[in-house]
Amino acid sequence: MIVSARIFLVGGLTSFRALFYWLTPWIYVPTMLIAPIFQILLFAYIGRSAGLESDEFFLIGNALQYAAIPCLFAMAQMVGGERYQNTLSAILVSPAPRIPLFFGRSLPVVLNGAFVSAFSLLVGALVLGVHLPASSLAPLALVVLIAGFSCTGLGLVNAAASLRIRENAVLSNVIFGFLLIFTGANVPLDTLPSWMSTTAQGLPFTHAIKAARELAAGASLADVRGLLAAELLVGAIYGIAGYLLLRWFEVQSRRYATLERS
Amino acid sequence: MSVLRLVAVAWYLQFKMIMRSPFDGFGNVLYPLFFATTALLVFRAGASPRTLLYAALGAAVMGMWSAVSTSAGSAMQRERWWGTLELLVVAPRHFSLIMLPATLGLATVGVYNLAATLLWGHFVFGIPLTITHPLLFALSVVGTVLAFGGLGLLFAVSFVRFRAAWVLGNFFEYPVWLICGFLVPLALLPGWVRPISWVLAPTWGMSAIRESALGGRPLPDLLLCLGLGLSYVGVAVLVTNRVLYDARGRGTLSLT
Repeated sequence: MIVSARIFLVGGLTSFRALFYWLTPWIYVPTMLIAPIFQILLFAYIGRSAGLESDEFFLIGNALQYAAIPCLFAMAQMVGGERYQNTLSAILVSPAPRIPLFFGRSLPVVLNGAFVSAFSLLVGALVLGVHLPASSLAPLALVVLIAGFSCTGLGLVNAAASLRIRENAVLSNVIFGFLLIFTGANVPLDTLPSWMSTTAQGLPFTHAIKAARELAAGASLADVRGLLAAELLVGAIYGIAGYLLLRWFEVQSRRYATLERS
Repeated sequence: MSVLRLVAVAWYLQFKMIMRSPFDGFGNVLYPLFFATTALLVFRAGASPRTLLYAALGAAVMGMWSAVSTSAGSAMQRERWWGTLELLVVAPRHFSLIMLPATLGLATVGVYNLAATLLWGHFVFGIPLTITHPLLFALSVVGTVLAFGGLGLLFAVSFVRFRAAWVLGNFFEYPVWLICGFLVPLALLPGWVRPISWVLAPTWGMSAIRESALGGRPLPDLLLCLGLGLSYVGVAVLVTNRVLYDARGRGTLSLT
C-alpha cells in the first residue's frame, strides 16, 4: 500500500517535473498562459464579427477547452518523452503496480490543466471586461478541476496510442481540434447537426462548459450537479479505457518486441 | 540568374522534405482546418451579414499563416540540430539566400492549406466558390506566399538565439489570426491595434485575396503586401549578418 502510494505520488511528481527539462518557463508561459488568452480573444472577436453569442460565452468555452493542451500533450509525453530518453523500457520492465504508475502520472496533469483553465478564465474575464459573480468563483474552481480530470482521462487514451503512433504531437493536435468543434466551446450545441451534438455528450468538456456557463449566469452548484456527474463519468470512462489500452499495448509490445519501434 | 536557380532548387528540395514531414506536411494542413470549421460554424449560426465566402477566405489564409508561423521560427534551429548549419554558413552564397527557400517552402504548403480550406468550405458547407477576378486572385495568393516566406525568414533568423524558438513561432499564430483581419474586420479591433496590423504583410495579403475574390481593387493591397515582404527580407539579411558575426566571434554557431 505504501509502495503504491509512493509510486503514485513521488513517481507522478517526478515524471511531471521531468517535463520541465524541456518545459521551461520560456515554453510554459507563452504556451500555457498567453496562448489561451489569444484563443479566447480570437473567438470572442469572431463571435462579435459573426453576431453570435456574448463574450462570456466564448470566454468560458475557450478557457475550459484550452485545458486540452496541457492534458493531452503531457499525457502523450508520458510515453513519448520516456521513449525519447530511452527510459520507457526500464519503467515497463519494473514490477511496479500499473495503476499507481499510470494514474500517479495523471494527477499533476489534472492539476495543471485546471490551473491553466482557471488562469485563462480570470485573465480573459479581466481583458474582455466580463463580470463573473463572486459567488460563482468557488463552484467554477470545482468545474475546471473536473474538466481537467475528464480531459486527462482522454489523455490516458492518447498516451496509450502513443505506444503505437510516433507522431503524438500531431495526434494531440487532432484531438484538440475535435474538442474545439464538438464540445460547444464556440458553437452552441443546438446549432450543430444532431449527430455532432450527440457525439459531444461523450466528450470531455461538453458538460463542464455547460455547467460553467450556468454557474456564471447565477445557477447554484446544486443546479449543475447532474452536469458535473456526467463530466466525471465521461472522464472516468476514458481513464479506464486508457488504462486498459496502455496495459494491452504494453503486453503486445513485450510479445512482439515493438516497444521502441514506433 | 544563378541566384534564382539556387532559390528554385533549394525551394524544391525543402518543399519535398516538408511534404514528407508528418507535422509540417500533414499536421500543419489538418490543424487549421479545425479552426476553419469552427469559424464557419460560428458564422453560419450567427446573424452577421458577412457571407460564408468572406469567412472561408479568412479561414483559408489562417491556414496559410499557420503553415509558416509554427515551423519557420525554428527553421534555422532545425539545421543546427541536423548538424548542417555550419556547412550552410560556409557555403559561398549569402546565408539568407539559403534559408529563404526553407521558409518559402513552408509558405508554399500554405497554398495547399488555402485550397483545402476552400474546397472543405465548398463541399461541407456548400459555399459557392465564385472568384470575381481569377487572375488577380492567383496573383494575390502568390504575392501573399512570397510575403509570408519573407516574414518567415525574419522569424527564422531572429529567433535563432532562443533555444525554444519553435514556441515563439507558435506564439505568433493566434495574434496574427486575430489582428490581420482574417475573420475579424480591423474596425472591430481597438484603435491601438490597427497600426500594428498595418505593418504586417498578412493584413494586406488577406485584403488583396478578399478584394480579388469578392470584387474590388486588390492591386494596392497586393503591392503593399509585396513591399512589406521585401522589407522583411532586407531586415532578415541584416539580422543574419549580425547573428553570424556574433556566432563566429563567440564560437556559438552550433550551440543549442
